[in-house]
Amino acid sequence: MARRSTAYGRGGPLVYLIAALVVALTLGPVLYGALGGFRSNEQLARDPAALPDPWVFGNYGNVLSNSSFWTYALNSTVIALITTAVAVLAGVMAAYPLARYQFKLREPLFLVFVLGLLFPAAVAIVPLFILITRDLQLGNTWWGVALPQAAFALPVTVVILRPFLMALPKELEEAAMIDGASRIRIFWRIALPLSMPGLVTVGVLAFVASWNAYLLPLLLLQGDTRTLPLGVADFSTQYSADTAGVLAFTTIAMIPALILFLAMQRRIVSGLQGAVKG
Amino acid sequence: MTSPVTAAPEETDPGAAVTRRAEARRVTGRSSAGKRRQRLEIAMFVAPALALMAIFVVYPVYSAARMSMYRWKGFGPLVDFVGLQNYVRVLTDDVFTDAVVHNFIIVFASILVQLPLGLALALLLNRRIRGRGLLRTIIFVPYVLAEVIAGVVWFQMLQPRTGLLETVLGSVGIPVPEQGFLGTPDLALATVFVVLTWKYLGLAVLLFLAGLQGVPDELHEAAQLDGASWWQVQRRIAIPLIAPTIRTWVFLSMIGSLQLFDMVWILTGGGPANATTTMATYLISQGTQSGNFGIAGAASVVLFLIGFVMAVAYQFLVLRRDTKADA
Repeated sequence: MARRSTAYGRGGPLVYLIAALVVALTLGPVLYGALGGFRSNEQLARDPAALPDPWVFGNYGNVLSNSSFWTYALNSTVIALITTAVAVLAGVMAAYPLARYQFKLREPLFLVFVLGLLFPAAVAIVPLFILITRDLQLGNTWWGVALPQAAFALPVTVVILRPFLMALPKELEEAAMIDGASRIRIFWRIALPLSMPGLVTVGVLAFVASWNAYLLPLLLLQGDTRTLPLGVADFSTQYSADTAGVLAFTTIAMIPALILFLAMQRRIVSGLQGAVKG
Repeated sequence: MTSPVTAAPEETDPGAAVTRRAEARRVTGRSSAGKRRQRLEIAMFVAPALALMAIFVVYPVYSAARMSMYRWKGFGPLVDFVGLQNYVRVLTDDVFTDAVVHNFIIVFASILVQLPLGLALALLLNRRIRGRGLLRTIIFVPYVLAEVIAGVVWFQMLQPRTGLLETVLGSVGIPVPEQGFLGTPDLALATVFVVLTWKYLGLAVLLFLAGLQGVPDELHEAAQLDGASWWQVQRRIAIPLIAPTIRTWVFLSMIGSLQLFDMVWILTGGGPANATTTMATYLISQGTQSGNFGIAGAASVVLFLIGFVMAVAYQFLVLRRDTKADA
């Protein structure tokens, strides 16, 4: 986005009014959750739309002192980290020859990854459940969820990374080769560091996808191996009468993804835009 | 948007491709020993990714297809071959055909509602207004939240009697149905769609906005000098120029709508009275809850085929224009 933005005309009052309405509609549910967590169930029942009066901190306190919450958070974090590491490493390794080597099967091989985009996890979910829990005995483990998630993240990773690697100046590689460096060394020492922005983008996408995932963990994880989305869903059915507690639990579960998003906003945005420009 | 940044297998610049190819031949392909070495390197680089895809994507999809030909309750070997009987059962099951209809309603509703809305907001945000960056961040917030988490909050808001929505709508005089929006069969799917729009509109706005910012200022200025109104400039210049982005968004939205699961599962579980089942919720409840793995397999294959045919058709009919225009 090197070009100056093409803003055309300033906003009149109507534009600001619409903008305010959009902000209210967008943030409304989030604020309802966050503020509802500071109210008692009795307050919520009396008037669902009011502000906390008085502010109640017990709901959030209960969540934070709940050891299951921390177990879920740990599971979510570890699974997301493994997923990200595997998807990014395997993805960049596959994208490298697809970008920098010349060979007959290059385009067909790339097509395999493009086609992978068309296989939704839902199609494979039932056999995947059997494969992981029975054949591989990886049910209720971090790896059992992370590996298939990484596999399903690979197509996007390769599709985004390949042009990144293609764009690297070839002079650097040539110079390294003249100095006698092997291809593998060039990959580690030159290609990887130079494609860091791309790696961060696909890494963040893989992390957020894993962090938010529901379907696969739902089938594969039980009890103490559950992740935060499962914890939130189960908590809300189990304690459906405790609306304030559910809202507090849900709000706290939102925070990590929101922080990651705010910190990495540029990367996520450029990654999504890159992915969509094809 | 002058050239595709990703996902374009074709070389954008044939001249560069030729030089690069010659280069590569000079550097790596000098002898047959070098060639063998190169092949080994390629295999080594690609092996982990291909192995992961083979084990966790290709094999399960293949098993789903195989499973769909058997009557199988989830244990023991596959012996009870029934041919296409599971497909007949799935395709004549009203719950499944309704699920397909629901998926397509979401596909078309997304395009008819989210596209104009997203475009309007993107055009709005593309003006020089104060707090634009903050506004863009805020609009994108719902997209980052997990569907489950957004779903649980909306579920609470939509509760009859105790939910926020009843109070808010009641105060402006809109009556809420007795069973709540999610509990009324005629309204449940529309309600799910409203929540999905809340969740995914930000992505559309963001992508369109990025496209709009690639439209050169000079075009706007020239049109302005010729006396074109703001709306004429948008309609005749800006929107046509971001058409490739719009077409890609439609593709993503279509694929996402066909795979819809999480939000439905949280909000309604497919109910009330199967009013909101989707293909994915159908196959999950058949497979893991009822233990009809053959039926689930057949439903998976149908889901895949519908998605595949639509993706390929869209690619040929619509997206091909973009790649052609780029070449």
